[in-house]
Amino acid sequence: MQSQIDPGAQGQTGDRPLIAEFRAATKRYGAVLAADALSFGIGKGEFLSFLGPSGCGKTTALRMLAGFEVPTSGDVFLDGERVTDVPAYRRPVNMVFQHYALFPHMTVAQNIAYGLMQRRPRPDRAEVARKVDRALDMVRLSGFGPRRIWEMSGGQQQRVALARAIVNEPKVLLLDEPLAALDRKLRREMQIELQTLQRQLGITFVLVTHDQEEALSMSDRICIMRSGRIVQAGSPLALYDQPINRYVADFVGKSNFIDGVVSALSGEGGQIETASGYRFEGRVSGVLAPGAKASLSIRPEQIDLANSAHPGAEPVTVINRIFLGEHTEYLVRHAALGDLLVLVARQAEAAAGSFAPGAAAFVAWKPETALILPQD
Amino acid sequence: MQRRLSTWLLLAPAGLWFAVMLVLPLCFVVVFSFGEREAAGGYVPAFTLAQYANLPSRGTAFLNTLTLAPFGTVLALLIAYPLAYFLAMRADPKWRTLLLILVIVPFWTSILIRSYAWIFILGGQGLPAVIAWLGFGSVRLINTPFAVMTGIVYGYLPLMVLPVYVSLERLDKRLLEAAADLGAPPLRSFLQVTLPLSLPGVATGCMLVFILLMGEFLIPAMLGGGKVFFIGNALVDLFLQSRNWAFGAAVAVTLVLIMLVTVSLYMWLMRRMGGVRDDVALM
Repeated sequence: MQSQIDPGAQGQTGDRPLIAEFRAATKRYGAVLAADALSFGIGKGEFLSFLGPSGCGKTTALRMLAGFEVPTSGDVFLDGERVTDVPAYRRPVNMVFQHYALFPHMTVAQNIAYGLMQRRPRPDRAEVARKVDRALDMVRLSGFGPRRIWEMSGGQQQRVALARAIVNEPKVLLLDEPLAALDRKLRREMQIELQTLQRQLGITFVLVTHDQEEALSMSDRICIMRSGRIVQAGSPLALYDQPINRYVADFVGKSNFIDGVVSALSGEGGQIETASGYRFEGRVSGVLAPGAKASLSIRPEQIDLANSAHPGAEPVTVINRIFLGEHTEYLVRHAALGDLLVLVARQAEAAAGSFAPGAAAFVAWKPETALILPQD
Repeated sequence: MQRRLSTWLLLAPAGLWFAVMLVLPLCFVVVFSFGEREAAGGYVPAFTLAQYANLPSRGTAFLNTLTLAPFGTVLALLIAYPLAYFLAMRADPKWRTLLLILVIVPFWTSILIRSYAWIFILGGQGLPAVIAWLGFGSVRLINTPFAVMTGIVYGYLPLMVLPVYVSLERLDKRLLEAAADLGAPPLRSFLQVTLPLSLPGVATGCMLVFILLMGEFLIPAMLGGGKVFFIGNALVDLFLQSRNWAFGAAVAVTLVLIMLVTVSLYMWLMRRMGGVRDDVALM
């Protein structure tokens, strides 16, 4: 397998033409660097997510696209045009706000029509009504037009916000943590709906989220951000399988980390040695030199849990067991390596039997499923 | 039953207060207004509409109040709105509290003393002297409708600024981003979002200022020099100086009726405009 990151990881958009682009876009708030020389292209029709913890600069990036923030230096391009100094109201993009920001003094239909009514010359009333109806239809709120905003539930308000944005047929639709205020079940529904809508409309979607599951399930491409920089960009699969460092591996999916230094490198493989003298083989992902600090990353589902010793297996004690339906999650403790998370599929557990807390067990994993990653 | 009893007990002080201090006196005033004046001043029971028929003799006071009160309210609003807007939307949060205190500070001194100050500012040795010195000729400011209007707007400005400020300050600023995002330039977003959503504050401020202005007597007395007479001045004169209680009562009843009609009309208008929710439209 290739240990190099796929071309998408470098911020390329493959064969898609660019619809938006940051060129060394920097945003400074006093001493805080919210965006640090972002250079990045967004492809036409792409579903792109900015993923990171709060304060990583993902919202700043989105707001620079919307026109709410002017970069301290650098440029923003939309559809080939430099829009760095173009105010928000002249940009062909629309945003779905985190708390919806629906106009409380207008009806649902008036909210949705708002963007269309700003166009000059003013569009025909019948045309506006037709587009509003179609947008309501698209978010499954037909007939809700005359309602007041405060008569709508949270999930319905979310749909109104979405309809208010897409009715303008923006070149890029910006979504600022749009599902954060919804409960889990509704969030899952809206994720599927958003994805379907994006395919139907063919509009470029740019999503900001701190929820990795949301980003993984919807995006074509994800940018993992930290301290105003893009750490890695790539398809969900590429980020999951080939993270360039520990930060990315930790943010995308769950993982176990064993710290050490690189003791050997050979092509795509390598070896890590822990402080307690253990040596583990693994695939090298990211840039590493012998002797460098590194972490071995093993996904919980790649670890086998067995009740008898076998070559290469390490003895552990079961600390906790959580039944998750199709999976069972075990927390096990190794005397030298610390706590490890193990995910056992239902079928595997049915075959090997389950472990009660306090039971002794053995863990093992295939070296090719372990990754040796730079710590930073 | 227990709950109903405690509800009544809790409402009793306010109810009693209203009955004794508001309803009862109002009944007296209405009864008095149909009476006659005793020769030496005071009240003689009677049932006559003579006092009401005599109302036109105080026509100027009614006219002054009914023009200067709405005009003063509108003027106060026009000056207060930009100030409240600046305080709520533009002022550096660091300075906001200090600036708000500066708006309220005049309230710490009696309006009587502040009106005295205006007598000196607008009097011969004040502003007119400066204007004459600048070579614009001699102007008379004190004891004019202009002086009364200046005093009124000055005195009631904070009452207008504060409710408007509160409604603007509470306005969700993301709505303005949403308007801009949807293509509304700043002026249009102000007219379509900020202004309609600040109407409850505007309504409250206008109501406060207008109601108080209708009963105003101090400022016209001091800055109008008896030339610009309000209904309030007429009432002071009728009850305290000429002791014509019956006629005074008729004037008072008429004022209350006018207020009832204008305020109801105004509330009805506010409710019709822009679908402002009932529960937030008024105070």
